[in-house]
Amino acid sequence: MGQVINIQPITRIEGHASIEIKLDDNGSVKDSKVHFLALRGFEKFVEGKPAEEVPRIVPRICGICPWHHHMASIKAVDDCFNVTPAPAGSMLRELMQTISHLEDKLLHFFFLAAADFVIGPDADYSARNVIGIAQANPELAKKIVTMRHKAKMILEKFSGKAIHPITAVTGGFAKPMTESDRKEILAEMRELLDFSMFTIEFAKKKVFPPYIDTVKSLGLIKTGFLGTVDDEGALNLYGGNLRMMKPDGTYTDFSPKNYTDYISEHVVPYSYGKMPYARFWNEGFSLDLDQPKGIYRANTLARINVCDKMATPKAQAELEEFREKFGRPTQATLLYHWARLIEAVYSSEHAIELLENKAITDPYIRAKAEPKAGRGVGCVEAPRGTLIHDYTTDENGLIKTANMIVGTTHNLGPINMSVDQAARSLIKNGEVTEGIMNRIEMAVRAYDP
Amino acid sequence: MSEKVTVASESLNSCAGCEIAVVDLGARLLDVLGLIDFVHIPVLMDHKYYGQAGDKTKMDIPEATVGLISGGIRNQEHLEVAEEMRKKCKIIIALGTCATHGGIPALINEFTNDDLFKRYYSTESTDQPNKIPDDGVPPLLDRCYAVDEKIKVDVYLPGCPPHPDNIINALTGLISGKTEDLPKKSVCDTCPAIRHGKGQVEKLQKFFITPEFKNPAEPIDNMKCLLEQGILCMGPVTRAGCGGDKKTPRCISAGVPCRGCYGPVKQNGNQMLDMLNALASNGIDIKSLPEYSSMLRFSGAHDLLKPKYTKEEV
Ligand code: SF4
Ligand code: SF4
Ligand code: SF4
Repeated sequence: MGQVINIQPITRIEGHASIEIKLDDNGSVKDSKVHFLALRGFEKFVEGKPAEEVPRIVPRICGICPWHHHMASIKAVDDCFNVTPAPAGSMLRELMQTISHLEDKLLHFFFLAAADFVIGPDADYSARNVIGIAQANPELAKKIVTMRHKAKMILEKFSGKAIHPITAVTGGFAKPMTESDRKEILAEMRELLDFSMFTIEFAKKKVFPPYIDTVKSLGLIKTGFLGTVDDEGALNLYGGNLRMMKPDGTYTDFSPKNYTDYISEHVVPYSYGKMPYARFWNEGFSLDLDQPKGIYRANTLARINVCDKMATPKAQAELEEFREKFGRPTQATLLYHWARLIEAVYSSEHAIELLENKAITDPYIRAKAEPKAGRGVGCVEAPRGTLIHDYTTDENGLIKTANMIVGTTHNLGPINMSVDQAARSLIKNGEVTEGIMNRIEMAVRAYDP
Repeated sequence: MSEKVTVASESLNSCAGCEIAVVDLGARLLDVLGLIDFVHIPVLMDHKYYGQAGDKTKMDIPEATVGLISGGIRNQEHLEVAEEMRKKCKIIIALGTCATHGGIPALINEFTNDDLFKRYYSTESTDQPNKIPDDGVPPLLDRCYAVDEKIKVDVYLPGCPPHPDNIINALTGLISGKTEDLPKKSVCDTCPAIRHGKGQVEKLQKFFITPEFKNPAEPIDNMKCLLEQGILCMGPVTRAGCGGDKKTPRCISAGVPCRGCYGPVKQNGNQMLDMLNALASNGIDIKSLPEYSSMLRFSGAHDLLKPKYTKEEV
């Protein structure tokens, strides 16, 4: 029997997972598995609960991206009860979701991922983290901590509760925005746009260049991509049509309502988490590195690949630069980080657009709703990928069934493939160092699971 | 360097929100990092259970003065990690309502593992497998437990998530040798909403309306108590603290009723029974509620939520 290497737990990710790599007698990789360990059963335990309460329950799927569950869920509930949200209520929902996208990207880039690049993949584990960055560069650390906190506190201050939000309610939003709120948040968002531009410039100049070869090779696999676009093909995070792109760049657009015609979830014996695949490609499911079947990816790189353009000017300029360098679609896994920063710029610009429209202060924020039997599909782009909540309700408005496909779930198959690819290219003759192990984990961290 | 307090941190059946609440200390986080030394915190730092090269056979977490545990205990690995933390840490803090009372994930205690598997692996979008995953994934325990059902807990810090002020107060308290819980007051005790007293409402309505308000642009002190407006609010039976040092309960500050995320006022209270009693003694018809188990949505561990069939059998 050959050696077995375990990485347990995978660290600096938000979820719970471990890696198992089996070597053959010659010390070459025979097989790599990523075990996704969380199984809480939200789909089951919301059954029987009043649908309008569910948007306050499901955010606990993830404490890093609770706003997106909150939004997908309230959209599904509105849809079940057949209510169109008040326009200003809708704008406030979108504003909060957009700002939380920005906050999430700053958090992931600086707190979780950057240490691999800034401190270096081979550094001692005790220094290879955000605390290490803070010690090496206290000025920068202070700026990062303050700016991310500023974004988060906009959410907290305006809507009461930033982690596990409560303000998206049936028919709209719970709290109106006053003119003085609007001015204050607008000023803060302008500062945050400057910081997003600083971040992407800093990353392009100081973070990525020494690793550009690693970026092009580590965790490289060939897959399709899924994201959301508006009517004009521009990237949209709050809603629109889903676009599924094949590895060759051709794509199909469809309404989120019909997701089950396009996507299925496969179950493997070594992971509690399911692995979605594009069923309408009619090729089945396989994680084979040379001939994957049905595999597509979600999250930042996917959205940046599938969109025709960005709806805001600075983000559009970044997209053009990115495409010129890497093409469309690009498969390089570590480019998730770069794509994430383009989205940070977009989120900042888009939040400003929403705030510059005075209609957002309209006091009519909540349309009347009443419990009904129905079905609703709510879909948004969460930081980690396309997020789908699908509910049916009975005549009292209690949940009959719930199905959810969570952002990271789309990437579970691809993460497994990237780990396998990284392990095969880095482990030779059974030689494994801490640096190699961490590089394998870097292939996971790019997906920010 | 002066002696720093060593801290090990673990998240079990959790959502990472409690850890992010620590990060939400903002600039104060940098001050805290000057006082404590993290020796193990998987969400931020690369310390591994089985040695850095994954070659040890026994789980090993470094010794620490303080052990922070978020999340309840739902599977075999959570249990092992919790036991190892207890062995290595002098003081165990249960961080967040999942750790103190099971939290939202303990809603699963109304169902069996079989119910869960059957639904999760056969949703509309799932290709039904021949068997439930069992290779290299930790087996589930029979239900979701609060941390103190399995190991001894020294400090309880509820909240979903706890307010960063609560966290820093607890940590700085510990550094100066105090292990103090939050005061045993209710959310209502810290709520500025205007109350008139008993007997105003007979029935509760669902939260489909914007609460009555003198002027929504004015401070929340001008809002009439939500319960007195006939909207279910769990404030009376929920522990205070969510507003942090500013006090005003977070949900109320946005005109939204409390759902009880800080757990019961007393660690071993029952939010559902206490609330039903409170409603009944105020003359409110509890049959006007669509269902009751949601009242235990944050505190269903400690045997409070059980599969429905046993409820009927008993
Ligand atoms: S208490 Fe709330 S924030 Fe903390 S882990 Fe549980 S669900 Fe997440
Ligand atoms: S019932 Fe709710 S609104 Fe009324 S005082 Fe208590 S917490 Fe405040
Ligand atoms: S008001 Fe209630 S539900 Fe809201 S944060 Fe406070 S304790 Fe939690």
